[in-house]
Amino acid sequence: MAEKENFTEKRSTRRNFLKNSGLTLGGLVLGGAVTSLVVKNNEGTTTTEHEAAHGGGTTTNYNHALMFFTPAEYQTAAAAVERIYPEDENGPGAKELGAAVYIDHQLAGQWGNNVKDYRLGAFYKPGENQGPQTKLLRKDLFRAGLEALDAYSKENYDAVFTGLEPEQQDEVLTAFSEGKVTLYGNTGSGEFFSLLRTMTIEGVYADPMYGGNNEMKGWAMRKYPGSRMQYVNEIQSDEFIELKPEGLSSHMS
Amino acid sequence: MVTKLDKAQVVVVGMGWAGGIVSAELTKAGINVVGLERGKDRTTADYTMAHDELRYQHRTELMQDLSKETITYRSSLKQKALPMRHYGTFIVGDGVGGAGSHWNGQTYRFLPYDFEIRSQTVDRYGEGKIPGWMTLQDWGITYDELEPYYEKFEYMAGISGEEVELWGKRAKPYPTGPLVKTPIMKTFEEAATSLGYKPFVIPAANLSESYTNPDGIQRGACQYCAYCENFGCEYGAKGDPAVTVIPVAKQTGKLDLRTHANVLEITSANGKATGVLYVDMLTGEKFEQPADVVVITSYVFNNARLLLNSNLGTPYDPKTGKGTIGKNYCYQVTGGTTQLFFEDKEFNLYGGAGALGIEIAEYMGDNFDHSDVNFIHGAGIRSTQYGDRPIATNRVPKGTPNWGAEFKKQSIKYANSNFPVKTQGASMPHRENYLDLDPEYKDAWGYPLLRMTYEYTDNDRELVKFMATKTREIGEKIGADIIETSEEQGNFSVNKDTNTHNTGGVIMGSDPETSALNKYQQMWEVENVFVVGASSFPHNSCFNPTGTVGALSYLAAEGIQNYIKNGGGLLV
Ligand SMILES: Cc1cc2nc3c(=O)[nH]c(=O)nc-3n(C[C@H](O)[C@H](O)[C@H](O)COP(=O)(O)OP(=O)(O)OC[C@H]3O[C@@H](n4cnc5c(N)ncnc54)[C@H](O)[C@@H]3O)c2cc1C
Ligand code: SF4
Repeated sequence: MAEKENFTEKRSTRRNFLKNSGLTLGGLVLGGAVTSLVVKNNEGTTTTEHEAAHGGGTTTNYNHALMFFTPAEYQTAAAAVERIYPEDENGPGAKELGAAVYIDHQLAGQWGNNVKDYRLGAFYKPGENQGPQTKLLRKDLFRAGLEALDAYSKENYDAVFTGLEPEQQDEVLTAFSEGKVTLYGNTGSGEFFSLLRTMTIEGVYADPMYGGNNEMKGWAMRKYPGSRMQYVNEIQSDEFIELKPEGLSSHMS
Repeated sequence: MVTKLDKAQVVVVGMGWAGGIVSAELTKAGINVVGLERGKDRTTADYTMAHDELRYQHRTELMQDLSKETITYRSSLKQKALPMRHYGTFIVGDGVGGAGSHWNGQTYRFLPYDFEIRSQTVDRYGEGKIPGWMTLQDWGITYDELEPYYEKFEYMAGISGEEVELWGKRAKPYPTGPLVKTPIMKTFEEAATSLGYKPFVIPAANLSESYTNPDGIQRGACQYCAYCENFGCEYGAKGDPAVTVIPVAKQTGKLDLRTHANVLEITSANGKATGVLYVDMLTGEKFEQPADVVVITSYVFNNARLLLNSNLGTPYDPKTGKGTIGKNYCYQVTGGTTQLFFEDKEFNLYGGAGALGIEIAEYMGDNFDHSDVNFIHGAGIRSTQYGDRPIATNRVPKGTPNWGAEFKKQSIKYANSNFPVKTQGASMPHRENYLDLDPEYKDAWGYPLLRMTYEYTDNDRELVKFMATKTREIGEKIGADIIETSEEQGNFSVNKDTNTHNTGGVIMGSDPETSALNKYQQMWEVENVFVVGASSFPHNSCFNPTGTVGALSYLAAEGIQNYIKNGGGLLV
């Protein structure tokens, strides 16, 4: 036990050190971020504070770039995730939290390519309790879904999805969630919607190293402390103890 | 091309709790063991980045890679089975430590009633209590016979717990005292006590204090870090084969542990196994490993599948009820939950441990009179605190949509202000719930997948309805601003998260006509094959399975030593 406590102690000391060294670099960081903001232009998901606070030492959030989506697809995805998890009095929505960047990165990797799924044999229409049997890879399903969002929006509202009012976007997403639209390859829109919904929640609450949950604000909104090492005291306390979130980067030695 | 290797005394297939215990006991007794494990080797160093909800829980980092093999599922004999293409319900372990690395650690013994369930039901309620479809049978062993082996498991793994009056007698107390009680556990305790129940803290493989086990393995106390279920413990505070039995076996110098070794078949001649055929998962190279004794500890699914794919034992036929391999596959019921939401209370729900919780025993097994209910067995009623992680846990009052503004608002509002009163109920065998080989789907090496035919039984559904009234009663006593009870057990779904308490398929008993194994987990039909795991359970009780798997593993290890000493033959 004593040994464990030491271990924890050492870790938090190391974390403090990291934090402090981050602070020392603060001035430099800020300078860099301002420059990058001037060079950049689009959509206000990145701010100077955000850039400065990110990953002590870097000047830009290098993670904020696309591996899979086209810029237009990214905009549609960002609009859609924002309706799944909108900005409100609690704090930022999924768009500002970077959920669409998160989804882009995930779709480019092994999750998007269904690397760990069983893909052999024939794909039949499943019975109610047999789980999805979709031949489309997640990345293709997602892309087909984004395309269909635009097609459906144009047909019903005469504009692409990003051009709709939030209430209209909600109507479109509701239709998708109810499986009312058919996507590429005869796939039901419900499958796309459930992937969108799941990945949005992941993008809001997964560790920021994955590209979403910007500055751990997703965690902060629900007073979730992230990936701290232990809660021996908190667990026994009758009072709620709010702790500042920490991410996995604090576990690096 | 298959490389033939030198003969081993014993080959063990799968390095989870069952394989780890058998390997440690045999090597300590001086027997040479070849351990084959399809996954990678693991130590606590693998868990430095363990607090990653996405990677470990939602991307199932530590679990079997389904692209190589999965199961197929159908709800009845009439349906066509389809493959479980990604994880939804149970999750299957992989790598050294198996599911014992990422389990919660709730460590129970089954009730004396469980082992003699058929005889005791008949004695107390008459034959008529058991419906025709229920292939209920005694285990061929009593609680008293198994008691010393439970103790061995609990002392090795370091189980923290307290005495429970309504359970079987213990010769010795738990090696360490119970985990702490959190505010939600105290709330449950108060309500349950005032209703006349005697709540207890769930016995845990998360250590309540530092502990040195009889093998000399030292481990520190649980830090309530909340990354336990689905995660490995970076502190070694969770009982895990990779920090207990496997290092002990390695230390003897008698364990030849080969990882990435996926066993495809048990080879045999003249009614005896001759060894196993395995493939290196990384290179694709195939090897034949001859052995005197073959021990199958590859979890419920592959325990049954390896026997079926190797033509060992007699496959179960649901039409005739004859045969044993694949018989009495059972699961567990978790319906009947009462969910509580609070307006002005906040709990530190971000903290927790895999086995942290409080429970009552009054409705377990035959602890209450079943004369006037139309089911047998029962459930534990409990509130737990595993640590609510934000991707997985977003409980909202009924009627809240599962996305959009209202969802966000409510899920944040109640994130730290809710908890459920839950059940974990027994699962009785049904003649048509069973395992066999899928006629169509194959694994990455061309071997048939295991096919599961399963649906919850009438017994399960009646049990859940009854338990829902009890969780409601406790929920109301606790008092909350919103109290919601789900009254029914829905249908089984291969895509809905419940639990990984699969049992049966290679069951033990006292009669070779109705069981595959004797009590030493030795196959009646193939005397040099021992099959250890929850696959041995003729039915599933209202507890997590691993305490009983551990006890049976110690018993099997003793049986194997005797088998070797005797120079063969069926053990009695
Ligand atoms: C998330 C989770 C939480 C759980 N919580 C609890 C709990 O709180 N309490 C409890 O009692 N139980 C719990 N369980 C169940 C518990 O983990 C299992 O009962 C237990 O670990 C089973 O041990 P085992 O040795 O039989 O199988 P496993 O631990 O699954 O080990 C089998 C090993 O065999 C290997 N293998 C399989 N096939 C082959 C092959 N063909 N060739 C070579 N190797 C092979 C696998 O890779 C694996 O390492 C939980 C399970 C999960 C998944
Ligand atoms: S909750 Fe305890 S036992 Fe579980 S992983 Fe954390 S420290 Fe280990």
